[in-house]
Amino acid sequence: MSTYIVRRLIAMPLLLLGVITVAFLLTHFTAADPLTSIIGERQMNNPAVVEAARARWGLDRSLPERYVIYLGNLLQGDMGTSFRTRQPVAHDLMVRLPATLELVISAMLLGTIFGVVLGVLAARFRDGPIDNIARFFALIGASAPVFWTGLVVLFIFSVQLGWLPGPGRIDSRAVAPPFVTGFYTIDTLVAGDWAGFRSVLMHLILPASVLGWTVTGIVSRMVRASMLDVLSQEYILAARAKGAGPLRVLINHALRNAMLPTLTILGFSFAYLITGAILTETIFSWPGIGSYAVAAARGLDNPAIVGVTIIGGAAFLITNLLTDIAYALVDPRVKLSRQEGS
Amino acid sequence: MSLTASGNRKHRAGLPQWATLPVMLGGVILLYWIVVGLTIPLWAPYEPTMLAGMRFQPPNAEHWLGTDALGRDVFTRTLYGVRYSLPIAGMVIFCAVLIGCTLGAIAGFVGGIVDSIIMRLVDVTLSFPPILLAMAVTAALGPGLGNAAIAMVIVWWPIYARLMRAQVLTVREREHVEAAVASGATRPRVLVKHILPLCWSPIIVNATMDFGQVVLLVASLSFIGLGAAPPTPEWGQMISDGALHFYRWWIAAGPGIAILSIVLGFNFLGDGLRDFLDPRSK
Repeated sequence: MSTYIVRRLIAMPLLLLGVITVAFLLTHFTAADPLTSIIGERQMNNPAVVEAARARWGLDRSLPERYVIYLGNLLQGDMGTSFRTRQPVAHDLMVRLPATLELVISAMLLGTIFGVVLGVLAARFRDGPIDNIARFFALIGASAPVFWTGLVVLFIFSVQLGWLPGPGRIDSRAVAPPFVTGFYTIDTLVAGDWAGFRSVLMHLILPASVLGWTVTGIVSRMVRASMLDVLSQEYILAARAKGAGPLRVLINHALRNAMLPTLTILGFSFAYLITGAILTETIFSWPGIGSYAVAAARGLDNPAIVGVTIIGGAAFLITNLLTDIAYALVDPRVKLSRQEGS
Repeated sequence: MSLTASGNRKHRAGLPQWATLPVMLGGVILLYWIVVGLTIPLWAPYEPTMLAGMRFQPPNAEHWLGTDALGRDVFTRTLYGVRYSLPIAGMVIFCAVLIGCTLGAIAGFVGGIVDSIIMRLVDVTLSFPPILLAMAVTAALGPGLGNAAIAMVIVWWPIYARLMRAQVLTVREREHVEAAVASGATRPRVLVKHILPLCWSPIIVNATMDFGQVVLLVASLSFIGLGAAPPTPEWGQMISDGALHFYRWWIAAGPGIAILSIVLGFNFLGDGLRDFLDPRSK
C-alpha cells in the first residue's frame, strides 16, 4: 500500500503543473480581447492607449514567454494583478480565503453532524419510516440546486419569520472585527465583541446549513451502510449480551467503528462543497473566493480566473490525495491481511 | 451517486423485474417533462417572453406561479425552460460519452504510449473542481448556452474515458476475446465486435445519473451569468432573476422545483437501472 501512496505523492507536482498549464492556456485563448476589460470598449479605438496598456500588462510578449514568466512569478507567490480590482491576485485570494474557509468548514461540520445522526437513525430503524424520511431529506439536499434552496431559506427564515439575518457576513451597520485570523467568529471573540460574535454566528447559520445540506446525503448514506455492516457483527451481540444498553451499544460500540470508513468520503464531499460554495457565496453576498471567481469569470479578469482555477485545482488535488491515503490506511481488508500475516 | 434504497425492494406481481418504484417514479417525472417540452407551444397560456400582466403578481388564477419583474408569466416560462435544459444536457452527455468512450476504449485496447497520453490528459482534467473548470472554459469562450455546453463536455468526457478504459481492460482478458484473436479476427474487429458490446452497462448507468448533474451544472452556469442570457426562459437564468427579488419567492419557485424534479427523476431512474443492469453493485 505504501508504494501506492508514494506513487501518488510523486504524481502530485506533475498534476499540479498540468493544472497550472491548462488554467494558463485556457485564459489565453479567449474569444474576447482581455484589453477590453482593462481599458474599456471606447479606448480600444485609440492605438496609443492600446499599445501602452498592452505593454503595461505584459500582453505584448509571446505566449511561451508569458508562460515562463508566470511560472517564475508563481513560484514566488505572485499570481499577477487582477484587471478588475487592480490588486495582486494572490492578495485578493488571501483576503477572501478566510471567509470561504469559515463557510466551508461550518458547512462541513453541520453536514457531517446531521449526516451522522440521520445515518445512525436510519440504520437503527432500518426500512422504517425514519429510514425513509432520512433518505428523502438527504436526497433532496443532493438534488436541489443550492442557489435555489438558499433563496428559499432566506425567504422563510429571514423575510417571513425574521429569525435570522439576510445576506452578508455581519450586520451591515456593524464594523468588521480587527483582522487577526480573518475568521469573523474568532476575530470577534478575540476583540471581546459579543454582539459582533452573535451577529456573525447568526449570519453564518443559513449559508452553512444550505451548503452543508448538499453533503448530508453523502455522509448519512455512508454512515448508514457502515453502521448496518457493524451492527451485524458478533461483538455487538456480545456487548448486548453483557447487558450494555441499546444507546451505549449504538454509540460506543457501533458508531465508533462505523465512523472510520466515513472519514474517507471527505474528498468526495469536498467536490460538492466547492461547487456549492461558489453558488452559496453568490446568493448570500459572501465576500469569499467563490464570489470572487464569479466576478472574475463574468468580467474577463484573466489573471484572477487563472489564480482561482489554480488554487481550486490545488485544493482539490490535495484533498483527493488525503482521501486516498485515508482510504488506504482505513480499508479493513488491508488491516485484516496485516493481522493474518503477523 | 445514488441515495435511494436498494435493500428492501419488493417486486410486485405481474410487473417486469426492472419496474421498481424508483424507476417508475423517475420515468413518470421525465416522461412528464419530455411531453411538456414537446407540446408546450401548443397549449401554453402565454408566450414565454410576452409581458402577460402586471409585474410581481403573486400566484393567482390567471398566473399560476405569478409574474416576474417584467410581468412575464412564471408558469409558462418554467415549462418552456425544459426546452433548453433537457436537449442541452442530452447533447452534453452524448458528446461526452462519445468522446470519452472512444478515447477510453483506444487507451485500454492499444495501451503503451497512447494510453499514457490519454490518461494523463484525463488525470489533469479531473484535477479541477468541475464547476471551476467549466467557469474558466466558458469565460474563455465567451458567455452563452452553447459555450457553456462545450465547457461541460470538456469537464465530463474524462469520467467516461476512465470508465470505458477500465471496462475494456477487464473484458479484454476474457476467453472469448482470446478465441476471437486466435481465429484471426483483426484488432479493430476484436475491439468493436467482441469487447465493446460487453462494456456498455456501467456507461449507461453513469450517463443516466450524470444527466441530472449536467442539468444542475447548466443551470448553475446560467445562474452566475455565464450561460443563457436574458430573456431566455432558462431555469438558472430565471432563478438569478428571482434572486434579485428574493422576498418575492414565486419568481424562483417554478424553476427551482423544475430543476429539483428533473435531477430527482434521473437519480431514481439511474439507481433502478443500476440494480437491473449491474446486479453486482447492489
